[in-house]
Amino acid sequence: MLLNIKNLHVAINGKEIIKGLNLGVNKGEVHAIMGPNGTGKSTLAAAITGREGYEITQGEIWFKGKNIIGMPAEERANEGIFLSFQYPVEIPGVSMTNFMRTALNAQREYQGLPSVPAGEFLKLMEEKKNLVEIHAKLTNRSVNEGFSGGEKKKNEIFQMAMLQPSLAILDETDSGLDIDALKVVAKGVNELRSDDNAFIVITHYQRLLDFIVPDFVHVLFDGKIVKTGGKNLALELEEKGYEWIKEQYLATSEL
Amino acid sequence: MNNEHLVQEISLDEMLVNQFDTQFELISANDIEAVTALRKEAMTQFMTTGFPSSSDEKWRNTEIEAFTEENFQYYLTPMEPERDIEDMFRCEVHNFDTEIISLLNGWCADKKPGLKTLPNGIVYGSLRQAMQYFPEIVARNYGKIADFRSNGFVSINTAMVQDGVFIYVPDGVEAEKTLQMIKMIDRRESLFVQSRNLIVLGKNSKLSLMHCDDSINHFKSLINTVTEVFIGENAHFELYKLQNLNNQSGLVNSTFIRQEANSTVKTNTLTFNCGMIRNNITVDLQGENAHADVLGLYLMDKKQHIDNQIYINHNAPHCSSNEKFKGILDDEASAVFNGYIHVARNAQKTNAYQNNNNILLKPTATINTMPFLEIYADDVKCSHGATIGQLDQEAMFYMRSRGISSSNARLLLMYAFAADIINQISIEPLRQRIDDMVKKRLRGELSVCEKCVLHCGMPEKEYHFDIDLSKL
Repeated sequence: MLLNIKNLHVAINGKEIIKGLNLGVNKGEVHAIMGPNGTGKSTLAAAITGREGYEITQGEIWFKGKNIIGMPAEERANEGIFLSFQYPVEIPGVSMTNFMRTALNAQREYQGLPSVPAGEFLKLMEEKKNLVEIHAKLTNRSVNEGFSGGEKKKNEIFQMAMLQPSLAILDETDSGLDIDALKVVAKGVNELRSDDNAFIVITHYQRLLDFIVPDFVHVLFDGKIVKTGGKNLALELEEKGYEWIKEQYLATSEL
Repeated sequence: MNNEHLVQEISLDEMLVNQFDTQFELISANDIEAVTALRKEAMTQFMTTGFPSSSDEKWRNTEIEAFTEENFQYYLTPMEPERDIEDMFRCEVHNFDTEIISLLNGWCADKKPGLKTLPNGIVYGSLRQAMQYFPEIVARNYGKIADFRSNGFVSINTAMVQDGVFIYVPDGVEAEKTLQMIKMIDRRESLFVQSRNLIVLGKNSKLSLMHCDDSINHFKSLINTVTEVFIGENAHFELYKLQNLNNQSGLVNSTFIRQEANSTVKTNTLTFNCGMIRNNITVDLQGENAHADVLGLYLMDKKQHIDNQIYINHNAPHCSSNEKFKGILDDEASAVFNGYIHVARNAQKTNAYQNNNNILLKPTATINTMPFLEIYADDVKCSHGATIGQLDQEAMFYMRSRGISSSNARLLLMYAFAADIINQISIEPLRQRIDDMVKKRLRGELSVCEKCVLHCGMPEKEYHFDIDLSKL
């Protein structure tokens, strides 16, 4: 199993957000995580990627056979975990090129490989940015600075294409995207899908899942996965909302 | 009690006054009349005020007593160099061809002639000699903008200084090469060092000047430099100050610039290392449509202290000024920024901008930043701003989530912050050189070199953190 989360409990400032979550992801799979606001979807992403301030009070996160709890964020990234941010951060003064080259070389160093030569690197950038239809000038700008919402999300997928992670977590990548940008982003993701990698797609809405078709759909509620199904579950949620899940969950937990 | 001990009992100001009284002939030996007359007035002033102290309003955040109450040697004649001068001042910077003026311990160290005249008429070299060969130019300008009443350091400099750099650019002449004055302190004892620079640019002329302050040993010294710059009509002047001294030393640098109509000035003060630095920069915009960019970058750590006092005087209409200082402070370093903008009653349509941004890397680092705007004209645009912050934690996580180590992420963010100032260096080889130095400084690899940092001649070693790829 690529990712195996066992009985995960995560607290922020002493308040428990994730309350005993189990999730297994194999290579080649796409998992969608859905659920109402404030149920812990982004917290889960933060816990997997190693963001500071998220306290793992209980449980284990196994990735490629290593328990990654306590591993610094950069090491997790170099192990092959990628997070597409819900709100990509603007970094004035740091050029996309330099940022990406530093990241790629950090990964290569971690893998014991030599730095990528400048020419080859620029060729790679050129190739990958076409994947998400990024215009040429984008790469000469500071990281995300002055990018539109759509450009920021495309840029996340571009970075993913550059770094070729084995596990990519897309945190609400669809938020703030119009349908055309959504299609571009989804196309990029689909082209990156392979038998060697896996995706966790966090979303409110079923819309994105029309384009990135999941193998599993999980519903997160009150810090736990309360229901798992196939892609049809997403359609059902779109139609019926989350109320029936809540009721079902509350009924069982009262027993 | 031996004699040596007695000497140490005398305070620096007493020692200087004493030297002035007993050795005035030696001090004024090379003077023109006007300079001698100024010495006496300035000494009278110094005897009333003495050195400034931290109880003075304008010095209250800088503990200058740590230097003025120390024991230093002050020499009234040039000292024999303790190592090979040629070797010390050799310039090995690639593609950065400059005319070098060397000062060792405050004295012009160039082998004769101490004053050079280029084919285009530009004169540069020792001020002492300029008084002999160009007495009218010196008399016309010397002491005219460096008011010896402004503080004790300027008074004592005016009273006792004997050498420094003289540069004269005739009307209509544009200097081809950058002039570079390299001031080194190298003496196996603690010195009080003074030098005086006089720079005169004629109408429609152009000059860029580098002013490097370096120390090459680890003795404590106190350097007191006064620089006067006169910029003629439609002349253009760039001044890059590079400050890299040891952690024990103190540097008080007072620069006075006067601009005539349609002239432009750009000063960039780059401070990398020094125990204590006080930069006083005064720019008088005297003629219409003059423009001044007054920029600075300071990267301080340990217990270092930097105090930038900038005075921009808008004395004529339609002038603009752009003041921007940025600093990164680590450990227990401290900084002061005071930006004064004075707009005279007739200086209508003034456009003055001032900004000071700081990053404090540790809670023990401190910054005192304050704007002072005095505006007497009614149709002006003045703005000022100051920020104090830490490195952006969101950006840190964003970079780390891409596999970039936290130390490299920090470096990238600090560099990005500093690049704003570096990118305004318009001499490309110098920009690259400074860029390398900043990177080294931020990585903690730039110590006070054995030689002047600009001479290190070692090409930047290959490192996976390469900043500027845009030129590829």
